[in-house]
Amino acid sequence: MTDLNTSPVPSSVTSVHATDAARQRLNKRKAANKRFRLYGMAGVVIAIAALVMLLSTLVVQGYSAFYTHTMELTITLEQDVLDRNNTQDPEILARANYRKLVKNEVYSLFDDVTSRRDKRAVSALISNGAIDALREAVLDDPTIIGSTITITAPVSDDIDMLLKGHIDRNVEEQLRRVSDRQIAWTDSLVERGIIKRAFNTYFFTQGDSREPELAGIWGAVKGSFYTMVVTLLISFPVAVGAAVYLEEFAAKNRFTALVEVNINNLAAVPSIVFGLLGLAIFLNFFEMSRSAPLVGGMVLALMTVPTIIIAARAALKAVPPSIREAALGVGASPMQAVFQHVLPLAMPGILTGTILGLAQALGETAPLLMIGMVAFIVDIPGGITDPASALPVQIYLWADSPERAFVEKTSGAIIVLLVFLITMNAAATILRKRLERRW
Amino acid sequence: MITAIMILAALVGGYFVGLSRINAIAPDGPYALRAQPRFHAAFVAFCTAAPMVALAIIWALYGPGLINADVIATLPADMQAYEQGQLLLYLEDARTMAAGGEVLREHTDELAQIAVTMGDVTASWTMKYLIAAIAVGIAGLLTSRKVLHAQFAARVAIERIIYAFLIMCALIAVLTTFGIVMSLIFETFRFFEKVSVTEFLFGLQWSPQTAIREDQVGSSGAFGAIPLFAGTMLITVIAMFVAAPVGLLSAIFLSEFSTNRIRGMVKPLLEILAGIPTVVYGFFAALTVAPLMREAGMTLGLDVAAHSALAAGVVMGMMIIPLVSSLSDDVMNAVPQTLRDGAYALGATQAETIRQVVLPAALPGIVSAMLLAISRAIGETMIVVMAAGLAANLTANPLQMVTTVTVQIVTLLVGDQEFDSAKTLAAFALGLLLFIITLALNVIALRVVQKYREQYD
Repeated sequence: MTDLNTSPVPSSVTSVHATDAARQRLNKRKAANKRFRLYGMAGVVIAIAALVMLLSTLVVQGYSAFYTHTMELTITLEQDVLDRNNTQDPEILARANYRKLVKNEVYSLFDDVTSRRDKRAVSALISNGAIDALREAVLDDPTIIGSTITITAPVSDDIDMLLKGHIDRNVEEQLRRVSDRQIAWTDSLVERGIIKRAFNTYFFTQGDSREPELAGIWGAVKGSFYTMVVTLLISFPVAVGAAVYLEEFAAKNRFTALVEVNINNLAAVPSIVFGLLGLAIFLNFFEMSRSAPLVGGMVLALMTVPTIIIAARAALKAVPPSIREAALGVGASPMQAVFQHVLPLAMPGILTGTILGLAQALGETAPLLMIGMVAFIVDIPGGITDPASALPVQIYLWADSPERAFVEKTSGAIIVLLVFLITMNAAATILRKRLERRW
Repeated sequence: MITAIMILAALVGGYFVGLSRINAIAPDGPYALRAQPRFHAAFVAFCTAAPMVALAIIWALYGPGLINADVIATLPADMQAYEQGQLLLYLEDARTMAAGGEVLREHTDELAQIAVTMGDVTASWTMKYLIAAIAVGIAGLLTSRKVLHAQFAARVAIERIIYAFLIMCALIAVLTTFGIVMSLIFETFRFFEKVSVTEFLFGLQWSPQTAIREDQVGSSGAFGAIPLFAGTMLITVIAMFVAAPVGLLSAIFLSEFSTNRIRGMVKPLLEILAGIPTVVYGFFAALTVAPLMREAGMTLGLDVAAHSALAAGVVMGMMIIPLVSSLSDDVMNAVPQTLRDGAYALGATQAETIRQVVLPAALPGIVSAMLLAISRAIGETMIVVMAAGLAANLTANPLQMVTTVTVQIVTLLVGDQEFDSAKTLAAFALGLLLFIITLALNVIALRVVQKYREQYD
């Protein structure tokens, strides 16, 4: 005890914390602290830089998919070429030589096109879409044969790329896809106002095509829509039912534990395995149609169910027990208490989870490849059993195509897909903010 | 479409028939009844529609098979001898043609003939189905109508039905797992009848192309899965090299250093990164990152393959960053503030607190987050399908081309296929292995958290 009675440290003696060595140590520790903080910041910056790089690449590559260049052609529908005997038979009209009319019109735009090679080079300026447009116009109304009509058709994909600056004019002629003369012709057409820049309606109204300038996403968008409808109709009731059962009615027993473990594991199964399931069971065992949104929707529904169940259970759990007890207290049956009181209160949370689950399913590609939704499909699907593609699968298919023009289409399709996804996510966030109640 | 309208009509019709029936039973108002009239009506509506729904499900599942079987029976004997898979693809085209669609197959008279048969058979079966649906609907309606009486506990009956429906929903989750496991195991066994288990698990050679001509090189088809798993591991490791530090550091910054405002801005951005479909990452990897790396490699004098493991791995890492950061963020937030305050009171700086107190406390959760990220990387498909290669090289050089399990599953199953060849069955064996590995990783991740978590409150 005597030690305590010694006098306090005299002020002249410096404390151990105030020596130069101590100060250095402290500064070192403070510097380490700062460094660590910087590392953390670097992590966030890298993550955000990755996002910015990804999105900016897509936008830079993809915005040009939303416009195109079209050529205006005034074509006389010669009776001799199309329907010599004036039969007006649709069979004959469908197979008539529209190509000749289109080509002759294009040749006539220039004075210097005489040789065979020139003619071929000049006709490569315009897309085959011109022929289709002409045929459609005639089939719609065969009486116009003999008259002169004006059609607007896209230029070929190479010329479109040239005008969008994706083909370098300074490269040696042999190394690029368009010749010097084609460039000269194109420039003169642009000058004369025959080639114009326009909104790319083909991209938003057409199905897939081998010709990049005619390919569109509408078929894929509709396919995705039908798939999502099937997914929603199956996964929503099943998931909500399972969540209600597990959260409100299930006794704590082995069966319940098994179901819970199952659901958590299913949520982590790779999506391609669900594709294998769909292939083995729906296609091979039940022999359902390949490439149909019905099967795609069923597979995606199985994948989405665990996601929605987890969200729905959290939402049900958040409803305070007093609500149930009050309902039971005034004479409601347990079923009525759940379905008339608890479930409506949990609905915003459940809907948020459902939208997020569907957004995930909308971007899913691998399972759809497994069940054959990867075929080249030109027709726009009209129902859930028609062969169809889906937006992400279309992106995959186009990404594989060698033509330069498809890079732009792919990025454009990705932008459309991301717009859908961001809209869905924003809707989910707003729903959560607006309707969710804090108890 | 017709089915949906019919079921809707059955519900509405059943409801009103039930309502009129119960009003006839109790003309003096509902007080003589054990349950309210609407429950009686709903019961009848259910009994009318339920058999139709059941029939519709059966029809959706078994209908195509029945139609196919009938069409196959009309085919000439030499066609019936085809392998089942080819026959199905053929019938598929016939079905498309019958519906007025275009097919890529050559238009032969035979195909047109089958398309006509297909149309007829489909029409007749659809007719049978519709008649059966109406019959069971009416049967349900009449039976349930007879069941109604004043003392009938309609509400209890309906609640039982709902309860049964709820259990069924919960069962679907179990059935899905069961379906996955059974279908994978079944096909895998058929695969092992053709290729031995040891060759598959330990073989160093993967070249599944069974050649058309006997004398072609490598016509035997080798099914050694080791190169695939090596490739998968290589890409996963690269991905984790990107995702683990970046994800963990951003989680540390967000949960420990940042202000609420920054957190509120950064978190949604990371969520966007998480919400981007993998096919988009694949496109980015194949068309932007891979050429970039090739060029960078050229300036450094390195030979980088066009589909290098590095490009696929780095982009996959980008994709996993938000998964790692959000899971780690959650566990670090769960560490109680008192622990931090204690460390500060001892004079520790913030960095020291994090490194010596928060991270050790959160370690089980972080390990489990990493395991989940690895499992995600192994099962990821689209990035590697688009950015990794097809050739199965057994190499640890990230600049070379490797292939992965998921890439092979996709290549083996997309396109023309015969369902019985060793090639397609191999895909299911790979799928089973993939399923087992990811499942094991998830279970371990869960166990790590359960076993080593400190309970602080």
